[in-house]
Amino acid sequence: MSTAVATKAPPRVLQARYTGWAGIALGFVAWFIALPPALVRTPVPSILIGLLAITAGAWAIGGDEQRLGWGAIAAGLVGGTGAVAATQSGTGNLEDVVAWSALIAATLRYATPLIFGALGGIVSERSGVVNVGLEGMMLMGAFFGIFGADLLDSWFLGLLVGMAAGGALALVHAYFSIALRADQIVSGIALNFLALGITGYIFLDHYGDQGTPDNIPRVPDISIPGVKNLSFFGDAIGHANTLTWVALILVVALTVFLFRTPRGLRLRSVGEHPRAAETVGISVPRTRYMAVVLSGMFAALGGAYLSIGFVGSFNQGMTAGRGFIALAAVIFGKWHPAGALGAALLFGFSTALAQRLPAFSPSTAVLFQALPYVLTLIAVAGVIGRSRPPAAVGQPYVKE
Amino acid sequence: MSDTDPVEPQAGQALAGEGGPEAAATTSAARLAAYLQGGGVIVPLLTAVLAFFVGGLVILITGHNPISTYKAIFNGTGLNWIFPWISSDDRTTAALNLQQTLITTTPLILTGLAVAFAFRCGLFNIGGQGQYLVGSYVAVWVGSSFAGMPRLAHVLLAMVLATVAGAVWAGIAGLLKAVAGAHEVISTIMLNWIAVWVGAYLFQLNGPLQNSDPAQQSVPVSSDVAASAKLPVFWGDPELQGLHIGIFIALAAAVVFWVLLNRSTTGYEVRAVGFNPEAARYGGISVSRNYILVMAVCGAFAGLAGSVDLLGWQFHIATNDILNSANVGLGFFGIAVALLGRNTASGTVVAALLFGALLTGTSQRNLDPTIFEPELAGNLTLIIQGLVVLIVSADVIVLTMLRRGRGIFRRRTPPAPAAPAAPEAEAAS
Repeated sequence: MSTAVATKAPPRVLQARYTGWAGIALGFVAWFIALPPALVRTPVPSILIGLLAITAGAWAIGGDEQRLGWGAIAAGLVGGTGAVAATQSGTGNLEDVVAWSALIAATLRYATPLIFGALGGIVSERSGVVNVGLEGMMLMGAFFGIFGADLLDSWFLGLLVGMAAGGALALVHAYFSIALRADQIVSGIALNFLALGITGYIFLDHYGDQGTPDNIPRVPDISIPGVKNLSFFGDAIGHANTLTWVALILVVALTVFLFRTPRGLRLRSVGEHPRAAETVGISVPRTRYMAVVLSGMFAALGGAYLSIGFVGSFNQGMTAGRGFIALAAVIFGKWHPAGALGAALLFGFSTALAQRLPAFSPSTAVLFQALPYVLTLIAVAGVIGRSRPPAAVGQPYVKE
Repeated sequence: MSDTDPVEPQAGQALAGEGGPEAAATTSAARLAAYLQGGGVIVPLLTAVLAFFVGGLVILITGHNPISTYKAIFNGTGLNWIFPWISSDDRTTAALNLQQTLITTTPLILTGLAVAFAFRCGLFNIGGQGQYLVGSYVAVWVGSSFAGMPRLAHVLLAMVLATVAGAVWAGIAGLLKAVAGAHEVISTIMLNWIAVWVGAYLFQLNGPLQNSDPAQQSVPVSSDVAASAKLPVFWGDPELQGLHIGIFIALAAAVVFWVLLNRSTTGYEVRAVGFNPEAARYGGISVSRNYILVMAVCGAFAGLAGSVDLLGWQFHIATNDILNSANVGLGFFGIAVALLGRNTASGTVVAALLFGALLTGTSQRNLDPTIFEPELAGNLTLIIQGLVVLIVSADVIVLTMLRRGRGIFRRRTPPAPAAPAAPEAEAAS
């Protein structure tokens, strides 16, 4: 699968690469023109464009760009089939499902907790500590976020309490992984169980069968003055939650921190080659402690968004696998904040689409929920380029 | 079981002695497995005691009485059945409870073996839940489809196909590791959730495998398993969920686990790969083939667990149960079972009984609600389970406790100096 190594003359490889990318793009175009607002009602142009994409893919494969080529062929097939399916269904249905502004808004809503979680995963794993406990840390944030907001009657203090709880759970993970040199995967799994138990226990002990009350202060949405009245952008981003914007800002901030500051470089060096980092005077344990606790706080923000930002209530195990999707986004995004953002948006989009698909077929809409996991499986299989973790991830560091 | 577990010497050899797991094992899972092998029966015992102690603190802090709570949970498990002095009324209740405990223990043994087998081979199988689910889907489909088949044939068909389904499901993770080097932790987590959503798709309203009963069309649940595919009940009333013969299937699987791992060439090869893939390759063992094989065997155990549950007492499967079990299912408890059982066959059986009892003792049906609310107790179980896994993850805690109290446990000797390269030599010869 990974035998395609560029050995021929550079210009030809370059050509194949461009045709490959063009094929992938054409695949999307084939589908896009059959959807609103373009809404071409005959399948012929889409089929032609799809075939063109497949041809481009075949050409790319001929030019030794195996992965891109197969990608283009897949895009052509999927795009063409999707377009044919779209032309066969009613316009009303299509416009119901593919209302782009509403889809974008929903995508952002579903992506927000994933972005937070993924950023947490990146910080921790870049420092060399695997964090399978993201799910548990998100859950801590979700429960203690709403618990704090309820008790202290302030969503902001609730966020702080949630972050403290997520950070505390992460601190346990850090202590076990760094000081006790525990197996980081086992420790992470243990924390997921613990978080489920702790949040469920306190939730039931405090709120009983009633559940959380309705009048808990919630993180407000931000209405952007100039944008909120524009028809398309107003619906899409005019009323997004504060935390959605915080997440997007954090993506930029973390990218700058990791790749443009000395501290970020130190953090990455600890994850890539801890011995070398130690040699130049960086404290490996201290760096890792800070990274893991920060990771827990980020994940907790994502959880708190769910409870006091999005839903307004808490129920047991409410993160329901989002921590694992966030983990998937980390891998899918190749341990880079921007990549993780892209993955989180893609996964959020698939959920948003799944919420609207029942207009067509309620039964297949459910299968869409599995899409993030399937895509991640494909990603770790190396089909779309290698996804390489930091070199020292998962290894306890022993000072000599 | 006793510490004279026949697994020990064999495993100890392959692990280059207790002192040098780090020197010998290259994968973290193998390193962990080595630690877990090293502590005798005392370490898991202390681990459990410690976890229950902290759980008791949680009960105490939240204003309940830990002693009466644990006593109520114990009575809920039915394990008081073995006491000769209890009254005959109590004995009748205890028998009913004990049947439930053993019914839960059965799949836990199997999911525990599914995790333990991977650990012994240096792999990490978090996908027990997904493999269990896939097995149960196939079992319920076969069990409800071919009504009227001879009973033995029907049961065997359902169990074999479910086992194969679990093996294939886990085999995907093995294949991805063998072909592309994908980490099995990630791929098994993803496969878990894919299995969850596939199940939610199959049995939902108007789903492909939703039940065919006209009266139940508004319920997202599968058809019932036909009478010819149900496992016979040998203790208690079949109408009141008596104990089915699945427990013997699970115990037989534990024997198969031991034989496969310790008395077969395959077992030798997979362990060699687990401890040091490079050395194994040098010794002429196909590493990639073994990755697939190990995961498939794990999946087979977990898939069998799903079928035993379905054919033994559940008989149908609802989408709600699938979604609710996504994070807390028996497949996940298998991780704690395997770790606490030190990844040995006998240890897994004992640990499965412990967790089976804990799950049953804290259930709605068995726990006296006047002493402790069962909903709270369910979460207590999760906390204890998490603590067990957490403590095992850093076995140094318990080992340190042991070392301080070495005078009491005289049997233990201080760790011998590392004996490096033993598995390499073994694998190469």
